[in-house]
Amino acid sequence: MLSILLARFQQKYRTMAWPAGPAPALPARLAGRPRLDRTACQQCGTCAAACPVGAITCQEGLTLDTGRCLFCRACERACSRQAIQFTQEYRLGAAAREALLVRDAAAAYPPALVEKARAYFGRSLKLRQVSAGGCNACEADTNVLSTVAWDLGRFGIQFVASPRHADGLFITGPVSANMRLALEKTYAAVPDPKIVIACGACAIAGGPYAGHPEVHDGASAVVPVDLFIPGCPPHPLTILDALLRFVGQVPEE
Amino acid sequence: MNFLQIANSTATDLARIPELVFDDFAAELTAAIAAGARLSALFGTPRSAGGAELYAVLAAEAESALFLGRTTVGASYPALTPACPQAHLFERDLAESCGLTPVGHPWCKPLRFLDAARRDPTPGTPPCGVMDFFQIAGDAIHEVAVGPVHAGIIEPGHFRFQCHGETVYHLEISLGYQHRGMERALRGGPTPRSIHYAETLAGDTTIGHTSAYCTICETLSRQRVPARAQALRGIAQELERLANHIGDLGALAGDVGFLPTQAYCGRIRGDALNMTALLCGNRFGRGLLRPGGCTADLSAADVAELARRLTQLRRDCTSAIELLFHSPSVLSRFEETGTLSRETCETIGLVGPAARACGVARDVRHDFPYGIFRFAQLPVCTWESGDVFARAYVRWLEIQKSLAFVAEQLPALPGGATASATAAAPLAANQLAIALVEGWRGEICHAALTDADGRFACYKIYDPSFHNWFGLACALRNQEISDFPLCNKSFNLSYCGHDL
Ligand code: SF4
Ligand code: SF4
Repeated sequence: MLSILLARFQQKYRTMAWPAGPAPALPARLAGRPRLDRTACQQCGTCAAACPVGAITCQEGLTLDTGRCLFCRACERACSRQAIQFTQEYRLGAAAREALLVRDAAAAYPPALVEKARAYFGRSLKLRQVSAGGCNACEADTNVLSTVAWDLGRFGIQFVASPRHADGLFITGPVSANMRLALEKTYAAVPDPKIVIACGACAIAGGPYAGHPEVHDGASAVVPVDLFIPGCPPHPLTILDALLRFVGQVPEE
Repeated sequence: MNFLQIANSTATDLARIPELVFDDFAAELTAAIAAGARLSALFGTPRSAGGAELYAVLAAEAESALFLGRTTVGASYPALTPACPQAHLFERDLAESCGLTPVGHPWCKPLRFLDAARRDPTPGTPPCGVMDFFQIAGDAIHEVAVGPVHAGIIEPGHFRFQCHGETVYHLEISLGYQHRGMERALRGGPTPRSIHYAETLAGDTTIGHTSAYCTICETLSRQRVPARAQALRGIAQELERLANHIGDLGALAGDVGFLPTQAYCGRIRGDALNMTALLCGNRFGRGLLRPGGCTADLSAADVAELARRLTQLRRDCTSAIELLFHSPSVLSRFEETGTLSRETCETIGLVGPAARACGVARDVRHDFPYGIFRFAQLPVCTWESGDVFARAYVRWLEIQKSLAFVAEQLPALPGGATASATAAAPLAANQLAIALVEGWRGEICHAALTDADGRFACYKIYDPSFHNWFGLACALRNQEISDFPLCNKSFNLSYCGHDL
């Protein structure tokens, strides 16, 4: 008993102050939201050729789809004119799929608020997570939110065991053909009104596996999606920020 | 032995691999395994004339030697599994991916349900998970089916228990839900996507699998990796082991309701992931390793910061984990739960901490050293009891060794570049390259065959989970079904690494 108390004392109070206080320190080399410089771009196509997943088009003006992007920085390295640069901006989640397209250097991050979500689930959101064919890193960094450092419970958000107890689904993975049926059944088991969150490049557009005949290129192929959280995997802060803005617990700027 | 002896992380000209007639191949393989070798890989490439060419990689740890052999079989051939249980899953894979029939295989069921795993499967194809499960008959027997969707944030898989009251007589595990076509997509490569497949074979083992993939490319293009990059890879690999082992001990604590260690380790695991993020920006090490070296370097300030965090990590996890092993209530739940004998472990060919917890000193870093581990030896940690306690305690021993390794490497980083200065040559044609790496779950084996143009004609991946899932099934025999979560967590295997 004494040793438990002693350890408790050593380990201290660790729940972060954010969103009321400062955000936790992000790694200096983090690849967050990219900034594009269309005036520097010569439409040479080098970045698009370097991208493993076809997230960039430059013929009709340089555009980067953060929904497809793996944040691998191959494009940034490939461009000799620094037209693509990844910033520390962690706010990537968006309610509309089109809002994930980055076209310029605008500082604004995409809006994630969904009125239906705020009205119904603003103070309590129970989610059933379904893994459907990804690599399990999105799951790992979602699980982190339930640790003491992040303490997701303080926002009334919780991952629950049964779809019957849930307000919506939190999907990771591109939806493998082998998981399609289970995902459909789980979705059907969630009572209305319900919402769906697609977390990670896989769940948004297939991620590294986009175009494979074994997968469905994202959750939207099977269920309607209300919130998209880019990243491979998204940083836990990106996930938490998206959830909080989605239900209106953190105001959009 | 007519198999060809090779070293880890090498490529072999196909013409040099002895081609045996099947009976000799089977006899040699079975005899070598009976003498203590282990099957690291067994795969086939279909032949246009029907049947397939089979390749086997045997790991003889006692002699630190790997052996390669090959043979040709027709569309059906006498199964190896009856004489050699280690071949069980390998032959199910052969049946599924090469269309072979291993005659006499006692358990030849789908492994990953490849026929169903299409956007547009042939009508009438049974969906993933529908197969002939082993059943026990009897009035008092009941069956429990769990999954594919489980209760927490975890990957999908199906578990079928045959129970008598609380006691589990048999557990059958049916996977394949995470199948996303990795080996098929790697064929014809390398392409710009190949490295991303390696990074996402099992997300929590990004460094382990990407090391193996890079090694394959480097041996095939005879690219030298600078010493500094080797050291950084070693540090990244041990940080990956630390994060996962610490997380696992926290989760094990949670499964027996010991909340202090669960809470502390959950957080401390994040600190370890953040150390990897200091290296490359990503908590899982995405983007750090590329054939030829590493994309990032550590400045003197980074090294100092990592060393500072390492000291803190050691302090925090020591206090959290010692608490766990000093609690009688925890020990009484861990001890003699989910016990595997050393004999079972050797028969089915377990790898990693699960094998070391059965007293088997098996560790790729020691047996077939690669990269930095050729110069810096890490002691192999074992425990004898084979139960949940042993699997937990071996992790704790390994955490201490990895902490010491990183602490030793940081101030001694070799100078120079972190990536090879010369551009990679094309991959050599008609080779078989083998790369073994000790991931945090155990032996990762990648095997790549190149065609006449130096493209991957076949790329095989064996995550440690491939070997160990059957170990979990065996550990459950005669256990109470309520101990399943604890036993499962003590193995903590990968679904996506198995399903590919
Ligand atoms: S960072 Fe994104 S857009 Fe750029 S190359 Fe990688 S995946 Fe493509
Ligand atoms: S988006 Fe990336 S990290 Fe997430 S499951 Fe897919 S491959 Fe893994």
